[in-house]
Amino acid sequence: MTFAFTVNGSPVEVEVTGSRRLLDVLREDLGLTGTKEGCGEGECGACSILVDGDVVDACLVPVSQAAGTEVRTVEGLAESGTLGVLQQAFLETGGAQCGICTPGMLMAGEAFLASGAEATEEAIREAIAGNLCRCTGYTKIIDAIALAAERRSVA
Amino acid sequence: MERPILTTRTVPPADAPAVPDATPLIIPTDAPAPGRARPAVPLRREGPAKLTGAALYADDLVVPGAWFGATIRSTEPRARLLGIELDEQFDWTRVVVVTADDIPGENVVSLIDSDQPVLVPVGGEIRHQAEPCALIAAADRGTLREARRHIRLRTERLRPTFDPLQSDREFANYTVERGDASAAMADAAAVIEGVYRVGHQEQLYIENQAMIAVPRKDGGMTVHGSLQCPYYVHKAMKRSLAMGDELAVVVQAETGGGFGGKEEYPSVIALHAALLALKCRKPVRMIYDRHEDISATTKRHPAVVRYRSGVSDTGELVAQEIEVIMDGGAYCTLTPVVLSRGVLHAGGPYRCANVRITGRAMATNTPPNGAFRGFGAPQTEFAAEMQINRIAEALDASPLDLRRRWVYREGDVTPTGQVLRESVGGPDVLEAAAEAAAFDRTLAQTRSMREGRTDGARVATGVGLALAWHGAGFTGSGEVKLASVASLELTDDGRIRILTASTEMGQGTKTIFPQIVADALGVEYDEVEIAPQDTSIVPDSGPTVASRTAMVVGGLLIKAAGQLRARVEAQTGRPFAASYRQAGPMRVDERFVPYPGEPFDDATYRGDAYPAFGWACAVAKVDVDLDTGEVTVRECVSADDIGRVIHPMLAEGQVEGGTLQAIGYATIEEMKLVDGRYLNDRLATYLIPTSLDAPRLRSILVEKPFSGAPHGAKGVGELPMDVGAPAVVAAIHDATGVWIHDLPATPERILAAMTDGTAPSAPGVSLEVPAPRTPAIEDLPRGGDEMPFRAPTDPAP
Repeated sequence: MTFAFTVNGSPVEVEVTGSRRLLDVLREDLGLTGTKEGCGEGECGACSILVDGDVVDACLVPVSQAAGTEVRTVEGLAESGTLGVLQQAFLETGGAQCGICTPGMLMAGEAFLASGAEATEEAIREAIAGNLCRCTGYTKIIDAIALAAERRSVA
Repeated sequence: MERPILTTRTVPPADAPAVPDATPLIIPTDAPAPGRARPAVPLRREGPAKLTGAALYADDLVVPGAWFGATIRSTEPRARLLGIELDEQFDWTRVVVVTADDIPGENVVSLIDSDQPVLVPVGGEIRHQAEPCALIAAADRGTLREARRHIRLRTERLRPTFDPLQSDREFANYTVERGDASAAMADAAAVIEGVYRVGHQEQLYIENQAMIAVPRKDGGMTVHGSLQCPYYVHKAMKRSLAMGDELAVVVQAETGGGFGGKEEYPSVIALHAALLALKCRKPVRMIYDRHEDISATTKRHPAVVRYRSGVSDTGELVAQEIEVIMDGGAYCTLTPVVLSRGVLHAGGPYRCANVRITGRAMATNTPPNGAFRGFGAPQTEFAAEMQINRIAEALDASPLDLRRRWVYREGDVTPTGQVLRESVGGPDVLEAAAEAAAFDRTLAQTRSMREGRTDGARVATGVGLALAWHGAGFTGSGEVKLASVASLELTDDGRIRILTASTEMGQGTKTIFPQIVADALGVEYDEVEIAPQDTSIVPDSGPTVASRTAMVVGGLLIKAAGQLRARVEAQTGRPFAASYRQAGPMRVDERFVPYPGEPFDDATYRGDAYPAFGWACAVAKVDVDLDTGEVTVRECVSADDIGRVIHPMLAEGQVEGGTLQAIGYATIEEMKLVDGRYLNDRLATYLIPTSLDAPRLRSILVEKPFSGAPHGAKGVGELPMDVGAPAVVAAIHDATGVWIHDLPATPERILAAMTDGTAPSAPGVSLEVPAPRTPAIEDLPRGGDEMPFRAPTDPAP
């Protein structure tokens, strides 16, 4: 079957079986390997992407459910070749170490920032609770999201 | 500064050595306020690639025409392999099958011992659940999945051993002895005994093990993978594939965390991928899913530590008798070195004239255990710190004051006879953490809360403290034997390139190396490149383990930079920065020379066990739910003396991440085993701390530079892993009044201790009873395109 949706603003059409995981469509059919697989069963959040603005685990979404939606991945975060505000904040605070959870963390962070919620530590912890990180202890990730929130509110 | 006073009723204070006057240099962290960026220049070198999704991890590499590989594993803990049966009804022409007979070289995963086969041969003994017995590969995943359903292992079950205390197969034993522990114990005024047990811990890097083998036209083989130690894999390939230095090539892909888990295991998966690639003459991808990764790869060694401490009537620690038993699992892997480090750290960072430490590592029929951040020390230092806290309780002394009195100071002598001549930051980190966490005041508060607690109270708060030391670099004579090389080159087109095999796995190698080289050469950070970790390009700088990269390899690079700079300036007569672009090509290879000190004698376990030690103190504050036994860690403040700090932000990242791994080890991370098989072998059942489980982590970096390294750095990676667990368990005791001797301190263990109920079984020891029939690994639904929602008839994509 053919499924049409947008990825990072660009329309795409894929000809695959409807139960194929959106994760595989992104990584293997569209070559967008920025989205990572950590567990394949929705526990780690490494494959977090945005579908119509909501954070979802791409390993749990069959491509059929993505038809007609707007999908955003880590590849869409940099603006005209420069890091986006949240990416820059991760770089400056040390929010990325090994980097494998980073794309998913960024997408969860993007959704949180877009929600307009007040960037308290508790709210940020809640927002990234579905994304496991084994390197940082989360403190510097939380700092990064808070910094990005501050910069966006100023901008 | 005032001499610390031991407050005790039973043991009067004696003359303790004066606290050195030198105030530690503490780098202000400024970190706690969310939303505050620290000026952190240089920024992570590969950060932008990781933040945009451009960084290529092994599974991201596109290799045209690659087949998919899979491992056929044992599903019994111990058995004789009688045959490997291929279903005749299946079309095997589309699949390659590799058995032990296909191995061109030795059927050995090259490590310390030669006991682990690459694949169990027919007639050979299967020694653990998940042991590799055959390999298959196919051009597509659907065929591969189908094929694995048509291959069966015929076995004869043998009686397994699960309890290391019952095992008669020993991997290693060591004895460290100083003074006369037996006589001193007999004369001690008080003797405190304890038995402490810790279980397996999974590294749980978020990127699973992954390797892609690519056969080359010249008959060689290149593997690209997620790994810490390119030359370990290289050595293993040469031996099992019977290839020379140039034919076997290992290239590190971007690596999504290691923590020791990608120290030795990548040799196994690389050999498997390479054997399949040799046979099908195509590139082969071996990408584990999480279930296979947890089921089959190495864990932290479980251990039982028996401890006796003697205290004199003047309040001195006069005798320590310590027995360490570690469970190595089915094969040796790195177990002797893990045990060695565990034994050498077992006394904790405390002065004692009479010490006997014995250690034994035993085999069991469980998957082999291996390297994990801390490498034996977290196990024994948990025991040491539990013991110190229990001594403090027995003597009615403050745990802080007791440590102030006993902690090593300059000039003290360790159990191996090593004189701690310099860079002894134990007292400094103790004071820094205690002050930052207001330990005394918090302890007084929790005490008054405890005394005022009513029967209806639901939550109890406690605070705990732990102190540790961690030897920097390889143990004993290890660095001398490694003889690492790090190189710097000036290319003919005027670029400065760092050539080392030290890998980046998040800890910051690719940032700090250019940083220190640029500093030594007097050029900008961006002018220094770093060559890929590819064994055909870089020399063997040793493995990226043991907190040795910054100290050992970084030190070699500074020396190499000094030489390169001098040569260029001599040749051009101008400053390096102004003249190097026209001075190449030129290359400097710097080989390790021993640090000053007494050489370590492997036979007697005397001498300098490590060139220097890092020192760490953690103060944890917890809430314990008195109804459920659930622990919430509210705060954790750490102070770490890592010598000269190269990059504060990256170093803090190491401390914070290591601390949370230690908190997980203390509270929730436990592998359960039945019949030698991990039961909770998925991320839904093996839990690690989430952002909601983690406290805000505060790290204080203390600098007591080590003069043996040109930059004074000592290493940071493992240190925080040693203190988190005993600090949390001390805090649980402060809250509840019960000691939890077994890790992790789960709600079940805490409730059992509080109610005198039956505690769960010992951590790390498999239950004998065969589990109700559970599906074999290959029968379980897997990731990828095999999700449960797929109808069986659905064609594979």
